[in-house]
Amino acid sequence: MVTVLDANAELRQRAWDAAASVVDPEIPVLTIADLGVLRDVVLDGDRVDVAITPTYSGCPAMNLIALEIELALERAGFRHPKVRTVLSPAWTTDWMSEDGRSKLRAYGIAPPQASGSRRALFGEQTVACPQCGSDKTELLSEFGSTSCKGLWRCKTCREPFDYFKCH
Amino acid sequence: MSCANIQVSETPLMLYALRRADDALILGHRLSEWCGHAPILEEDMALSNIALDLIGQARELYGYAAKSEGRDNDEDKLAYLRDVRQYRNLLLVEQPNGDFAHTMVRQFFYSAFADLYWREMMSSRDATLAAIAAKSEKESAYHLRHASEWIIRLGDGTDESHRRVQAAIDDLWAFTGEMFAVDDGERALIHAGVAIDPGTLRGRWLTTLSDVIDEATLSLPQNDWMQQGGRAGRHSEHLGHLLSELQSMQRTFPGLTW
Repeated sequence: MVTVLDANAELRQRAWDAAASVVDPEIPVLTIADLGVLRDVVLDGDRVDVAITPTYSGCPAMNLIALEIELALERAGFRHPKVRTVLSPAWTTDWMSEDGRSKLRAYGIAPPQASGSRRALFGEQTVACPQCGSDKTELLSEFGSTSCKGLWRCKTCREPFDYFKCH
Repeated sequence: MSCANIQVSETPLMLYALRRADDALILGHRLSEWCGHAPILEEDMALSNIALDLIGQARELYGYAAKSEGRDNDEDKLAYLRDVRQYRNLLLVEQPNGDFAHTMVRQFFYSAFADLYWREMMSSRDATLAAIAAKSEKESAYHLRHASEWIIRLGDGTDESHRRVQAAIDDLWAFTGEMFAVDDGERALIHAGVAIDPGTLRGRWLTTLSDVIDEATLSLPQNDWMQQGGRAGRHSEHLGHLLSELQSMQRTFPGLTW
């Protein structure tokens, strides 16, 4: 019995690893596990059920991510993979891994800060420049090239940069 | 898929979900009309981002509506195969973009409401609606801040920008009363803890508005006559034109997929 459980645990881990290898199509240095988008992997006989959660309601990457997960599981030898979307609890940048934050910074995107102050209507926030580390930066636009990012500029090195908005 | 109108069960829950979904879809579509036309690139991206959030919210609400209805309607059919009278959105959200001031005032009035509404709806007894509310609430907070900043910049800007944004406030004011009204069916849902009573939000909504409007050196109209009809399917002429564009592909090529 113990061996069966171990075999199942190992199989589930293999399925998780396969799903977790899928990267965000817009930010290819981050896997969906780094992002916290991958919520659960459940084995049921020879079926695999994967639960993901969207970052923003209209994020167009979700369809592609679901397709990529199915392909990754098929390639890892799992048949009948099924991806479902869960909305609750709502995704938050707090779920992003430390590793993910470092990878984002190295990629040139400032990682999200703690989500405590997001309600402040005109709050000041400080975001460090991912290029030179200076905290003399300014917000250009709260809406950037994708739903999850805003556009900032560093006043020290003058480089514009993306900030992954806390959410 | 045929291109004829679908029939939809008009149960209180279905009408409730369609009203919220239609608000989000129609306003999202209006904002998407700015894509490539906004005054500056950053604003073009902002309006497209907000449109995307709203269309995402609409998809979740249509999906919920279709599932709770239990017929063979789905999110696409609900969006593409209902005619004007079957749409239940607020008259406010279907109003044309007009100048940038009109677009921002429309967004400000709606986002100030949606932000409060979805935050309260997070305590709905319906788990799916509570989950949709939790996502929408986070997004609405950004939309409200964005619109508020513009109202202040335009109101406390030049004589011309002040004049335009005040004109937009005066023009659109009469469409705001509908946000707080409910019919008997929705009252039953409120009583059951599925929905919340939007009427209870009006005081807080006015406070949000006043804070921004004061800082913007603008003023709110004193008249309290309000135009209604959208929630019951009676729309301004603008919605038909909007739908003819939104639905043209499915109506012309039934069942088309990308």
